Amino acid sequence: MPSTAERPPALALDGVSCTFVSRDDPGQRYTAVRDVSLAVGAGEFVSVVGPTGCGKSTLLNVAAGLLEPSSGTVQVFGQALSGLNARAGYMFQAESLMPWRTALQNVMAGLEFRGAADARAQAEDWLKRVGLGGFGDRYPHQLSGGMRKRVSLAQTLVLDPDIILMDEPFSALDIQTRQLMENEVLALWASKKKAVLFITHDLDEAIAMSDRVVCLSAGPAARPIGEFHIDLARPRDVAEVRNTPRFIELHQAIWGVLREEVLKGYQQQLAA
Amino acid sequence: MWKFIQPRPGNLRAWQLGLLLAVFGLWHLLTTPGLIPPFMFENEQQAAFFFGEPLKIFGRIWNWFFANADIYEHLWVTLLETVLAFGIGTTLGLGAGLWLGLSPLAAAICDPYIKALNSMPRVILAPIFAVWFGLGIASKVALGVTLVFFIVFFNVYQGVKEVSPVVLANARMLGASPRQLLRHVYLPSATSWVFSSLHTSVGLAFVGAVVGEYLGSSRGVGYLILQAEGAFDINTVMAGILVLTAFALVLDAAVGRLERRLMKWQPRQSQTEKL
Repeated sequence: MPSTAERPPALALDGVSCTFVSRDDPGQRYTAVRDVSLAVGAGEFVSVVGPTGCGKSTLLNVAAGLLEPSSGTVQVFGQALSGLNARAGYMFQAESLMPWRTALQNVMAGLEFRGAADARAQAEDWLKRVGLGGFGDRYPHQLSGGMRKRVSLAQTLVLDPDIILMDEPFSALDIQTRQLMENEVLALWASKKKAVLFITHDLDEAIAMSDRVVCLSAGPAARPIGEFHIDLARPRDVAEVRNTPRFIELHQAIWGVLREEVLKGYQQQLAA
Repeated sequence: MWKFIQPRPGNLRAWQLGLLLAVFGLWHLLTTPGLIPPFMFENEQQAAFFFGEPLKIFGRIWNWFFANADIYEHLWVTLLETVLAFGIGTTLGLGAGLWLGLSPLAAAICDPYIKALNSMPRVILAPIFAVWFGLGIASKVALGVTLVFFIVFFNVYQGVKEVSPVVLANARMLGASPRQLLRHVYLPSATSWVFSSLHTSVGLAFVGAVVGEYLGSSRGVGYLILQAEGAFDINTVMAGILVLTAFALVLDAAVGRLERRLMKWQPRQSQTEKL
């Protein structure tokens, strides 16, 4: 846990609730998250885990400024957030690359929007860093799923955001590619020390990568029900760290909290 | 023998050509006076009168293009009308589609009128355009524009509404301003829809030009056909139709080429995700 006592946290959600009103039937309301308070210090890697459909992505959209919370406030480095969070980079769960741009043009996009002069050089550099130096002229549909995720990663990180928001970025990948990508992200994070808010439903992934793991209850009206500091030594290798006794201890402790919620969430989905 | 000539991907062209020749051969056989005894008409001249004779039709086309070389003026006018109608209609449709697609309120207000204009039989406007714009090129272009506009408009409108919300949110997070969103997200996304409509609309631009000429003009292939019809010269009518068909094919191929060049980012087989 870095010392964030004096400095304001990079990202602070305070009492955030999100209620969605059905467009067809205004009487129908759905509260995805209720009264969530969550802070991510500068340089801290925080994961949020929870059962499927518990509103993890909603929280991330709130943090990105894409979604305005029904109540509660969002602060970015001590300043109230209004509109889009310009200091954050967002890596989406779904395919988010522009299919009409090549890999290189996709990575360049953000710099181009900002009018950076050396956009191409920076983008080429980042493509190399995610191991796709020779694939710059390919269109997204010509790349594999793992490659597209790496392009997304480069696209987000080339802008050098102070806060990185990741929404189950690797959930669609096979386990080998996934571990490679996790290690890449950890290495990049370690060299830049940005604040990361990482959403996942994979507890192993959350523990292996984070400084802190926050558990959400099953939706609707999900809220944090537990918080764990992950005191595993860094740098970590996500594949190896899973076999250490401390990892197993932590896993058991967190799973003890999460288990019931996962079952509850599953039951709700069956009932729906 | 059959094994050698049976249809396969390699001899597709030969089969297509063979089919064409077969149609013209049958046509020739059934219409040329004296070739076979008449079985539908009372005398052997009537089939030729009603359906024309392929050899004479080709003779007419030969004369138009080479012997007299007098069709170029008409063809040029028709093509010019088509291309103008196509260009203006597509541009207007693209603009209107983007505008209404991006402002839901304006779309809601205009919705019933757009539907009304679209369901109106627009060919009926041709005489009005003739009064407004005269018998020259302009009235034909106007008719073509009304036909092309709606096809492109509805496709762009749909395309804008179906932009992937994730791609849009991603572009916004990457810092795109509203103008950049329009230029880098909405426009490319809508183009894929526009191209699927261009094949239809290039045909309709042609229809607009020819129908306009047919209803009143002094030049153009539609005018030639009208003149020949007045004289019951079915061979010339058929020749005109064949020339128009050939040029419609050429225009369609040109659009196809453009599409392949501009849309090379789109997956060809396997994946067909539309964004």
